[in-house]
Amino acid sequence: MEQLSYFLAATVRMAIPLLIAALGLSVAERAGMMNIGAEGIMLMGAFAGYTAARLLGSYWLGAVVAMIVGVLFTGIFAVLAISCRTQQVVVGAAINMLGAGVTSVLYRKLFYQVGTGISGMMVESFPSIPIPLLSSIPVLGPMLFNHNALVYVGYFLVAAVWFIMYRTSLGLKIIACGEHPKAADSLGINVIKMRYMTTLASGALLGLAGAYLSIAQTNAFGEDMTGGKGFIAMAVVILGKWTPLGITAGAVLFGGANALQMSVQNWGVAIPNNIIMMIPYVATVVAVVAVSKKRVGAPSAQGVPYIKS
Amino acid sequence: MNVVEMRHIYKYFGNFCANEDVNFSLEEGEVHALLGENGAGKSTLMNILYGLYVHNEGSILINGEEVHMDSPSVAIEKGIGMVHQHFMLIPQLTVTENIFLGMKETGFVLDRKDLQRQVEELNNRYGFNVKPDAVIWQVPVGVQQKVEILKVLMRKARILILDEPSAVLTPDEVVELFNSVKALSREGYSIILITHKMSEVLNYADRVTVMRQGRVVDTVRVADTDENELARMMVGRDVDLDRKITGADFGKALLEVKDLTVRNDKGLEAVKNVSFTVREGEIVGIAGVDGNGQLELGEAIVGLRRIERGELKLNGNTVTAAAIRERLDEGLGHIPDDRLKKGLVLQLPIKENLIMGMQRSEKYAKGIFMRRDAIQSHAEKLVEEFDVRPADIEYLAGGLSGGNQQKVILAREVDREPNVLLAIQPTRGLDIGATEFVRNKLVEERSRRKAVLLISTDLDEIISLSDRILIIYNGAFMGEVQYDTPLEEFSLLMAGRGSKEKKGEAV
Repeated sequence: MEQLSYFLAATVRMAIPLLIAALGLSVAERAGMMNIGAEGIMLMGAFAGYTAARLLGSYWLGAVVAMIVGVLFTGIFAVLAISCRTQQVVVGAAINMLGAGVTSVLYRKLFYQVGTGISGMMVESFPSIPIPLLSSIPVLGPMLFNHNALVYVGYFLVAAVWFIMYRTSLGLKIIACGEHPKAADSLGINVIKMRYMTTLASGALLGLAGAYLSIAQTNAFGEDMTGGKGFIAMAVVILGKWTPLGITAGAVLFGGANALQMSVQNWGVAIPNNIIMMIPYVATVVAVVAVSKKRVGAPSAQGVPYIKS
Repeated sequence: MNVVEMRHIYKYFGNFCANEDVNFSLEEGEVHALLGENGAGKSTLMNILYGLYVHNEGSILINGEEVHMDSPSVAIEKGIGMVHQHFMLIPQLTVTENIFLGMKETGFVLDRKDLQRQVEELNNRYGFNVKPDAVIWQVPVGVQQKVEILKVLMRKARILILDEPSAVLTPDEVVELFNSVKALSREGYSIILITHKMSEVLNYADRVTVMRQGRVVDTVRVADTDENELARMMVGRDVDLDRKITGADFGKALLEVKDLTVRNDKGLEAVKNVSFTVREGEIVGIAGVDGNGQLELGEAIVGLRRIERGELKLNGNTVTAAAIRERLDEGLGHIPDDRLKKGLVLQLPIKENLIMGMQRSEKYAKGIFMRRDAIQSHAEKLVEEFDVRPADIEYLAGGLSGGNQQKVILAREVDREPNVLLAIQPTRGLDIGATEFVRNKLVEERSRRKAVLLISTDLDEIISLSDRILIIYNGAFMGEVQYDTPLEEFSLLMAGRGSKEKKGEAV
């Protein structure tokens, strides 16, 4: 029972960064963007969040700075992909390499000292805030309502994205820009502006998702600490068929795979660690292959620059 | 009073002048046809009026006031609405969502019930009968067009631009559409009708402006003109598209299709148990509204689509599961429906496009090396014979006009001396001159004892070229008719209401 409870709570903790990143990506993708630079942007967010939390002494400021850095860094992608109409996949790949390089160099230059040990590198991170009453429900309580504040932000974002996409005129415009940009333009919708807005918003969420890794889930930065989570978030978007609820389910599935990996390691089963650590990645491949047979739900104009005659 | 005045409009795309010194005016409450061949500059002019293109020179006056028309939102604000030839609808959204998309009046949070009520109101006023909560990709094209018109009306447009509105409709739907158009003009709406069909101009328009090669030839009252004069203005010479099929001396069957069933991309049966034959010296036409399985049928015959059940014979040999290459060896020629995607490699020159499908033939290749001289002389011969312009065999296929692209495909396929020539929409998007050329070639192939299968949504084309006509609806044949069958019967059959072989499905 305790192990189950631990597993479920870990599932949620592991799912949240994927959820926040995937929600952001889904909005930009529905407007017609294909940002494979998610990994690099998350890494920048993780580093910026850690740096700000350490220098300013506040994890909240860390989260805010991570979002700002996410927006700025995504801005590079946005300008190149939207205004310069560069191949989105190429720019995205460059963003990933840039993110990995910049964070490594700055981290070593600013913080890393031989012999300090990990303890010297730690910052104060988002503490768990049990929600009164709700957190005392058996199983569900610890699973959903005994987490750090960013987990609750994640819950809120699911509802917010759902509301915007399906209940507002803004949502209709975003979908129109991704499905049939020329039609959107013919109705006076500024496709370029919509794509900038959604892409930059996704940058903020990617930055936040990155900060979650360094100042909520752990309390230190590590080189390449995203470990492919940006790519997994992209898979979650596909798995969730670009809908907020589908993405939530997808994030929980991958969070579960991660939690399972940790649990299996804890149980001390006699399987080589390397094999166990493959679980989330294998799950990604299997899940994406399973749904990609029918790529329903993919925005028709995804990754195609809009060129006005 | 003129609600629209376009004065001395010039529009360049690179060095190409799409509109040259164009003057156009629209009176309040009239239906004004804009007639011209493809590439004459009609759509360019209207895209300028709607703010999708920005003109290089000239001025636009709306209700007597000069307007800087640099975006559709300006046009919308000035009461101009456009129904595009390729619908500007988002397939994944509902009718109501499409109608209100981009309208400021909806506010930020959508009140779906109220929006649906407004659609219902407009529906009732104009008798459109569209379901507000239907999702666009699930409704027929005729309904999609009504949604486009509702979209424009909801934005309180008083000037409507209809771009080739009848292209995708059944004959019945066309009549219905133009009845609505006339009703709107009686209510004071001013309507511009872009078309290349003379019958529509003569039956429904008050005035007509004819364009050719980017220039206005003339603007005349429809009452003062006739079909021959309009055709002369459009093409610059006399044209003859009348039926030239005479005599009937059919030989053995070259193409035999038996109980053929084919699935479409969604996995549904698009062609259902279809059987027919085409004989030597015969043109069989398959008529029908777009999307009734004719495309899938054509692809199945060529080998681009798997045959689910049934049998296909070319030249007496079964090729049901044969590779495309074997079918070509059996003497199949193919003019595809989409010349840009399936007919040509746009980035390659004419000469290489002319040997495509024959690249392995000893005539043009020796092992892995191409015989450049043979390819060159082959191309030179065909370019001259088919009057491809420019007559430069190094010219890239992508740079040719539609008519010349089609000539290249036709030349290639005819030169291979096929037994069976499958022509799918062979004149779609071509101007009258090129259409005449392509049709004459098909008739020529018939006189050379080939079997020709013509699949087309253009009923005039089917009627003027076919020895026998099969009408396809919802993947099955509604019956076989003669070319002189009354039009009403054609339209009943094409709408699935057969008088002959009733399928028992009331639609």
